[in-house]
Amino acid sequence: MRELIYLTVLLPLAGFLINGIFGSRIKNEKVIGTIGSGVIGISFLIALGAFFETLALPVEQRQLIVTLFTWLDVGGLNVSFAYQVDQLSLVMALIVTGVGFVIHVYSIGYMHGDKGFWRFFAYLNLFIFAMMNLILADNFVLLFLGWEGVGLCSYLLIGFWYDRKFEKSTTSDAAKKAFIVNRIGDFGFLLGMFLIFLTFGSLNFNEVFSKANTFSVSASIYGFITLFLFIGATGKSAQIPLYVWLPDAMAGPTPVSALIHAATMVTAGVYMVARCSVLFASAPQIMTVVAIIGLMTAFFAATIGIVQNDIKKVLAYSTISQLGYMFLAMGVGAFSAGIFHVMTHAFFKALLFLGAGSVIHAMHEEQDIQRYGGLKKYMPQTAITFLIAALAISGIPPLSGFFSKDEILWYSFSNGSFILWLVGVITALMTAFYMFRLYFLTFEGKERFGHDKHPHESPKVMTIPLIILAVLSVIGGFVGIPEVFSGEHGNQFHNWLAPIFKDADRKLMHFGLHSHFEEILLMVISVIGASASILLARYIYLKKPEIASRTASRFKGVYNLLWNKYFIDEIYDAVIVSPTVMISKNVLWKIADNRIIDGTVNGVAKLIEILSATIRKVQTGVAQLYALVMVLGIAAALLWIILSF
Amino acid sequence: MENNFLLTYLILLPLIGAFALLFISQEKASAIRFTGLTFSALTFVVSLFVYFGFDHSSPDFQFIHKFEWIKGLNVYYFVGVDGLSLLLVLLTTFLTPLTLISSWSSIEHKIKEFTFFMLLLETGMIGVFVSLDLFLFYIFWEAMLIPMYFIIGIWGGKERIYAAIKFFLYTMFGSLLMLVAIVWLAVFASGSLGYFTTDITQLYQVAPTITRDIQLWMFLAFGLSFAIKVPLFPLHTWLPDAHVQAPTAGSVILAGVLLKMGTYGLLRFNLPLFPDASLYFAPFFSILAVIGIIYGALVAMVQTDMKKLVAYSSVSHLGFVVLGIFAMTQESVQGAVIQMINHGLSTGALFLLVGVIYERTHTREIADYGGIAKLVPFFAFSLMFASLSSIGLPGLNGFVGEFLILIGSFRSGVLNSWWFTVFAATGVIFAAVYLLWMYQRVVFGEVKNPSLNGLKDMNAREIFVMIPIFIFILWIGIYPSTFLKVSEKTSAKIIHQVFNPVQTAEKLINKR
Repeated sequence: MRELIYLTVLLPLAGFLINGIFGSRIKNEKVIGTIGSGVIGISFLIALGAFFETLALPVEQRQLIVTLFTWLDVGGLNVSFAYQVDQLSLVMALIVTGVGFVIHVYSIGYMHGDKGFWRFFAYLNLFIFAMMNLILADNFVLLFLGWEGVGLCSYLLIGFWYDRKFEKSTTSDAAKKAFIVNRIGDFGFLLGMFLIFLTFGSLNFNEVFSKANTFSVSASIYGFITLFLFIGATGKSAQIPLYVWLPDAMAGPTPVSALIHAATMVTAGVYMVARCSVLFASAPQIMTVVAIIGLMTAFFAATIGIVQNDIKKVLAYSTISQLGYMFLAMGVGAFSAGIFHVMTHAFFKALLFLGAGSVIHAMHEEQDIQRYGGLKKYMPQTAITFLIAALAISGIPPLSGFFSKDEILWYSFSNGSFILWLVGVITALMTAFYMFRLYFLTFEGKERFGHDKHPHESPKVMTIPLIILAVLSVIGGFVGIPEVFSGEHGNQFHNWLAPIFKDADRKLMHFGLHSHFEEILLMVISVIGASASILLARYIYLKKPEIASRTASRFKGVYNLLWNKYFIDEIYDAVIVSPTVMISKNVLWKIADNRIIDGTVNGVAKLIEILSATIRKVQTGVAQLYALVMVLGIAAALLWIILSF
Repeated sequence: MENNFLLTYLILLPLIGAFALLFISQEKASAIRFTGLTFSALTFVVSLFVYFGFDHSSPDFQFIHKFEWIKGLNVYYFVGVDGLSLLLVLLTTFLTPLTLISSWSSIEHKIKEFTFFMLLLETGMIGVFVSLDLFLFYIFWEAMLIPMYFIIGIWGGKERIYAAIKFFLYTMFGSLLMLVAIVWLAVFASGSLGYFTTDITQLYQVAPTITRDIQLWMFLAFGLSFAIKVPLFPLHTWLPDAHVQAPTAGSVILAGVLLKMGTYGLLRFNLPLFPDASLYFAPFFSILAVIGIIYGALVAMVQTDMKKLVAYSSVSHLGFVVLGIFAMTQESVQGAVIQMINHGLSTGALFLLVGVIYERTHTREIADYGGIAKLVPFFAFSLMFASLSSIGLPGLNGFVGEFLILIGSFRSGVLNSWWFTVFAATGVIFAAVYLLWMYQRVVFGEVKNPSLNGLKDMNAREIFVMIPIFIFILWIGIYPSTFLKVSEKTSAKIIHQVFNPVQTAEKLINKR
C-alpha cells in the first residue's frame, strides 16, 4: 500500500476529471456524489493501509519516497512529482482523506438540488488532489503546487454561488479577496524557497533538512528563510496580519467551510512549519515571532468571536483562534502537540461546521443566531453532536480537544513563559464562553424564529457524518494521552512523530525541568476555568438574556470595536487597497503613461512635424529662387576656398 | 556541411500560399480561407519535421542552408536553427493557423488581402528566427512590419491609422540604429578577418573583441531596437494602442510572436556579440524590466477595456523575460525562453477569448459585462483557464517560466542582489489582482446588462482553436522537460559566450 500512495493523489484527480467533464451530462446526483465520495473513500483506505504497514516497520525504515517523474530539471534545480510517506505525511493524509470523505458524503445531502451539484463535487475532488500534493510532496516546489492549488479550489468554492450577494458585497468579492491575500503570503513562501535554494542548493526536503544539520549557515539566513516561510503560513492559515480573508470565506457553501476553511487547507501552514521544523529550530528569534503571532491571533480572534451573531462567522473566528494555538505550539517547539491539535481540531471543527450547515439547512438559509433558539427538540442529533463538539473545543476532559489544547498550553508554559500560558488560558476561557453562547442561543431557550420557518432534522446522509465526527471528537484525543497519565508508554502520538522532529528537538534543547505537579495543576486550572465559562454562558444567554444587551450597551465602544472586527478590513482598504488603485489609475496610467511617456513619444513626432513643416517652406517651386540660392551657394563656396588658402 | 532545405521550405511555404491566393477570385471567401489555412497548416507540419529531426544534445545551429547572395559584400542566404529559435519557430507555425481559424467569421471584408498579409507575416516571422546572417535578418525584420502595418491599419478599430503608424514608426526608429550597427560590425569584421561579413557565427568569434567602450554603443544600437519590440518600460506605449486597434488575429500574433522578437534578439545578438557591454548593462536593463513588471501590472489593473488590460499585462510578463535574460543563470535564461513560449500561449489565448466575446457584443468595456458565467459556461471556463495560466498557477505553464526566472535571478552573480527578485516577485501578487478582478467583473455576479441575454457560448470552431493551446498550457506546466530540453544546450551556450568570450588573435593584438 505504501508504494501506492500516489493513488491517493491521482484518484481525486480522476474524480475531478470525470465529474468536471461529464458531470453536466451525468446529471444524476447519486452517480456524481458516489463518484466524488468514492474516490476519496478509496484514497482513505489506501492511506489507512499505508499507515498500518508503516506502523509495522522499524522506525528507521518508515520513510518511503515514490517518484513518478521529473518535473523541473534545470541548472542546479531538480524536483520531481515525488510523494513521501512518513509519519507526518501519513497523519495529514489520514485527516484529509478521512474527514474529507465524511464531508463529501455529507455534501450529497447538503447540495441536493443545487444546479451546480456536479461542479461542486468536481471542485471538492480537485481540492483533495491539491491538498494531497501539498502534504505528500517530497520537495518545496511540489508542496507549493498543492499550496496554490488548494488556494485556487478555495477561490472557486468560496465563489461557488457566484451570482449571490454576501453581506455588503458579493461572494465573488470574498473569493477574490481570499486568493489575493493568499498570494501575498505565497510571495513570502516563494522568497523562502529561493533563499533555501541559494543556501542549500536544493529544494528537496531530505536534502535541505540533512544539510541544515551539517552545513554551517548563519543564524540570520535561517532567520530570513523561516520568516519568509512563515509569511506564507500566515496567509494560508489565516494568522495576523493576513487572516482577513477567512471570515469572508464563509460565503462558500458550508461543507466547504468545514473541509477547506476549518479541517484541512487552513492547517497547511501549520503542517509546513512542522515539516520545516529543523529550519525553524535554527532560528530561535523567528520561533518567538511565530509563538507571539499565534497567540495574538488566538486571542484577538476569540474576542471578536464573542460578539458575532452569524453562526458561521463565530465558527470562522474560532477557527482562526484555534489555528493561532497551533502556531503557538510551533513557536514554543511543541511540534507534535501542534499537529495533534490539527487532528483533533479537524474532527470537532468539521463537526461544528457540518452541524451549523444542518441548522442553516433546517432554517432555510437563516444564519443569525439571534433568530434561532430551542432547535434541540426539532433536530436532536444535530444538537447533541454539536454539543459534543462544543465540549471538545472548550477543552473538557476526556474529549479530544482537552488533550491537544492542554498539551499546547503546557508546552507554552514549560518551553515558553507564564505569560504565554496565561494568555493562552484566557483565550481558552473565551473559547468555551462563545462556543456555548452559540450552543445555547441556537439549540436551547426560547424559539426566536418566525412561523415561516419549519426546522427539521437533516436526512441520514447528513446526520451520519455528524455522528462519525462526534465519535472521533470524543475518542480522538486518546492517541495522545500525556505522559503524566499514561506513565511509561508515554504519549503515543508524540512517540509516533518523534523521529520527524528529533533534529529540531535536539537543536532546541528543552529540558523538562518542570514537575508533574505543575502540569496537573495548570490542567486543573484550565478545566475549571472552561467549565466556569460554560456555566457563565448558560447563565447569561439562557437565564438572563438581558445581561448580554445591557453589557453591550454599557461598553458600547468596546462592543462596536469587536462587532466591527477592530475595523481591520476598513484600515487595509483605506491604507493599502484604495491608494494602490487610486495611484495606479490617476498617477501611473493617466499621468505617467498617457501624459509623460506617451506624451513624449507623440511630442517627438509633433516636433518633427513642426520642423519639417517649417523646412518644407523652402521648397517653394519657384525656379528663380532656386537659381538664386544656387548662385549664392557657389559664391559662398568659392569665398570659403579662397579664404582658406 | 550539406545544405538542408527544410527551413527554406518553411520560409517559402506561406509565401507561396500568399501568392496562390492572388489567383483566387475575391468572391470565393471560403476557398481563400481554406487555401490560407492549408498552407499555414502545411508549414506547421514541416516545422514538426524540423522538431523531430533536431538534435537536442547539440548547442550548434542545425538544418543549415547557406549560399552566397550578394557577392561583393559577402552577404549570404544563411539559415539554421538552434534550441532557442526552434521553439519560437514552432510557436509561430502553431499560432498562425489557429489565428486564421479564429478569424473565420470576424474578418468579413477583404478576406483575400487579410489572408495574404497573414501568410506574408508568417514568412517574415519564420525568417527572423532562422536567419543567421545579419543582413538577411534585417530584411526579414523590416519586411515583417509591412503586413502587420496593413493588418492593423485596414482591419483595425476606430483609431487604427494612428495605431498602425505609431507601431510602424516606433519600430522603424529602433531598427535604423540597428542597421548602422550592423554595417559597423561588418566593417569591423573586415578589419580582423580581412573580408566583410554579416555571418553571425563568424561575428560571434570576432565581435567580442571589440573594445568595451564601443561595445557599449553597439549594445545600445541593437538593444534599443529590441527593447522597443519587447517592449521594455518606458518604450511600451505603442503596444496598448496597437493591441487595442488590431483585429484579434493581429493581436494574437503581435503578442504571441512579434514581442518575442525583441527578447529573441537580445539573446541571439546582444549577449553573445557584446558580452562586456551585456554585463555592464545587465543591472540597468533588469531594473527597467522589474519596473515594467510592477508598472505594467498596476496599470493593467485599472484598465476599463479588456484588450488594453491584456496588453499592459504583456508589459509585465515580458519584464519577467528580460529579467531572466539579464540574470544570466541557466535557470533564469531557460525560464526566459520557456516564458516566451508561455506568454505566446496564455496571452494568445486571452486575446482570442476577448475576440470571441467582442464578436458577439461589440464591446470590450469590462463594465458592460457581468454575470456571463451562466450564459456562456465554456467561455467562462476558458477565460478562467487562460487567466490562471497567465497568473502563474503551478501545474500550468506560466509558473514554470516565472519560477525559473525568479529562482535564477535570485542567485544571479551578475545582478548580485536579492532586490531584483523581491520586487519582481510582487508581480505574482499583482497578476492575480488584475486578472481575477477583471474575471470577477466580467464573468461573476448577476447579469445586469440586458443586451447580454441570449449570448451564445463558444461554437465548435472557437473551441477547436482553444483546445490545442490549452493542451500545451498543461503540458508545459506538468512536463516542461519536453521543451526545456530543446533549448537547454543553447541557453548554456549563450551564457558561456557571455562569460567566456572567444579569445581571438585580434584581442591579443589589441592588447599588445
